[in-house]
Amino acid sequence: MLRINNLSKTFNKGTQNEKKVLKQINLTLAEGEFAVIIGGNGAGKSTLLNCIAGVHSIDSGRIIIGNHDITNWPEYRRSLLIGRVFQDPLMGTAFAMTIEENLAMALAKGKSRGLQPGIRRSDKRVFRDRLAQLGLGLENRMSDKVGLLSGGQRQALTLLMATIVRPSLLMLDEHTAALDPLTSQKVLQLTRDMVAAENLTTLMVTHNMADALAFGTRTLMMHEGNIILDLQGEQRSGMTVETLIASFKQHSGQELINDRLLLS
Amino acid sequence: MTSLALQGTIELGIIYAIMALGVFLSFRTLNMPDLTVDSSFTLGAACSAVLAVAGHPWLGLMVAIGAGFIAGNVTALLHTKLKIQPLLAGILVMLALYSVNLRVMGGRANIPLINQTTIFGLLAGNDWGPLIIPAAILILLILLLFLFLQTRFGLILRATGDNDQMVRAIGGNTDVTILMGLAIANSLVALSGAIIAQYQSFTDISMGVGMVIIGLASVIIGEVIFGVSSLLRRLLAVVLGAMVYRFVIALAMEAGMPPTDMKLISALVVTVALSMPAIRDYLVERQKRWVTRPGGEGGSTDAEDK
Repeated sequence: MLRINNLSKTFNKGTQNEKKVLKQINLTLAEGEFAVIIGGNGAGKSTLLNCIAGVHSIDSGRIIIGNHDITNWPEYRRSLLIGRVFQDPLMGTAFAMTIEENLAMALAKGKSRGLQPGIRRSDKRVFRDRLAQLGLGLENRMSDKVGLLSGGQRQALTLLMATIVRPSLLMLDEHTAALDPLTSQKVLQLTRDMVAAENLTTLMVTHNMADALAFGTRTLMMHEGNIILDLQGEQRSGMTVETLIASFKQHSGQELINDRLLLS
Repeated sequence: MTSLALQGTIELGIIYAIMALGVFLSFRTLNMPDLTVDSSFTLGAACSAVLAVAGHPWLGLMVAIGAGFIAGNVTALLHTKLKIQPLLAGILVMLALYSVNLRVMGGRANIPLINQTTIFGLLAGNDWGPLIIPAAILILLILLLFLFLQTRFGLILRATGDNDQMVRAIGGNTDVTILMGLAIANSLVALSGAIIAQYQSFTDISMGVGMVIIGLASVIIGEVIFGVSSLLRRLLAVVLGAMVYRFVIALAMEAGMPPTDMKLISALVVTVALSMPAIRDYLVERQKRWVTRPGGEGGSTDAEDK
């Protein structure tokens, strides 16, 4: 479903601050595969997602989703195939617009955005049903502005917006990192349910080692712009957080010194 | 204020409200400070005057709308394609339009329209004509804008000012929303200029100076006084804000200020309007301090207990 060939990305190319963030990344995700990416700060996790989404242009390589080579597509066009949830709960929604208006914009993905009515009566029924499934009571607040929602509610809404038109690829960039632990677990649970219900091909970035093993079907570990570890199947199910840390040390030749990774 | 002066103020308020709606679209909906407004207002007035002299006052309005649309397009393209900051893109187009406007006006700095047929000839002889015609246009525009901003395109246009990253993430092309948004905004501004030219029977090359500030003042006064709770309310607030602004100016004139001081008064009104939220916060803070100070209202209950 997703195929990345020899993807490289350098920031500030040709200057003193030149930094190779992604080095010849190769990655293939099969249909319905749920991969979790983990790695320290500066490993290139978010950059990889942003390169796939088209936020950053790339130096070299190819990005293919389904039958589409999207390497040269602009960001907005790639979004027709990709659903995204960001780390910052403010980034996924338009705060001065209502919940139903936000959902309506997401529902129009892939359709012509002309002078048709923005929200139809039948759309509202769909929104009500889908919001009810979130279990947050948002179905009774559809004409409330999103600015009134909490971070967790916004992330749940963004998740719904990212999936209301089935995406070929769902990308979650530490989408629970800004939430308190309880809300974080709730949103993760919602994520798991939604991905399972639609059998979505998913790429999730996390800082949490336990989550990286508990969620999804595959764990990828990134370090200095490379994917250094790719765990699937039995090899993955046998892993614990301790053995994961040990194998990181073995593959990177470094101690995993990162408070955020260890403490979480 | 005499009833004639009152009617005149309302008439001006209605016509300038059309311009303020344009400023609302760029400043508030797209969240872009668009200074093209100062010149696209004159551009509309110039088109309107030239065509009115030629005997086509209504065509003048149509051409003004088209010219404003193109002016907005140019500013948007400078920003989206050439990556020039919105503020600078607007200033560049404003500068360029000064020369364009002079060309449209045939090299003259002003065009009088005395004894020419204007759109107000439609209700000639009716004292309310200068009120009814702009009011009808304004009501039609509010209705169209209200409907437009709730279409599929209208939704992503509004979201662009809120969060352009999100619009791209759901597949919306923000270059197109900015292009159309600024184009429509400047169409409204140019239309307002076109009506003003025929209303006051006079077009001057510098009549647009400070227009963006007047528009912004109208938007902010409207928001502060009438609120922003719903889309329709926001649009009506802009119109009412434009009216209030005109009344402030009219009262200043009434008080004996010379017309040459009007730009100074405009700047003062806008400064007050812009600082309104900060002043309100300050007053609330002071109120709190007053209530909680020892011996204040907050402390007096303790005293009673003793």
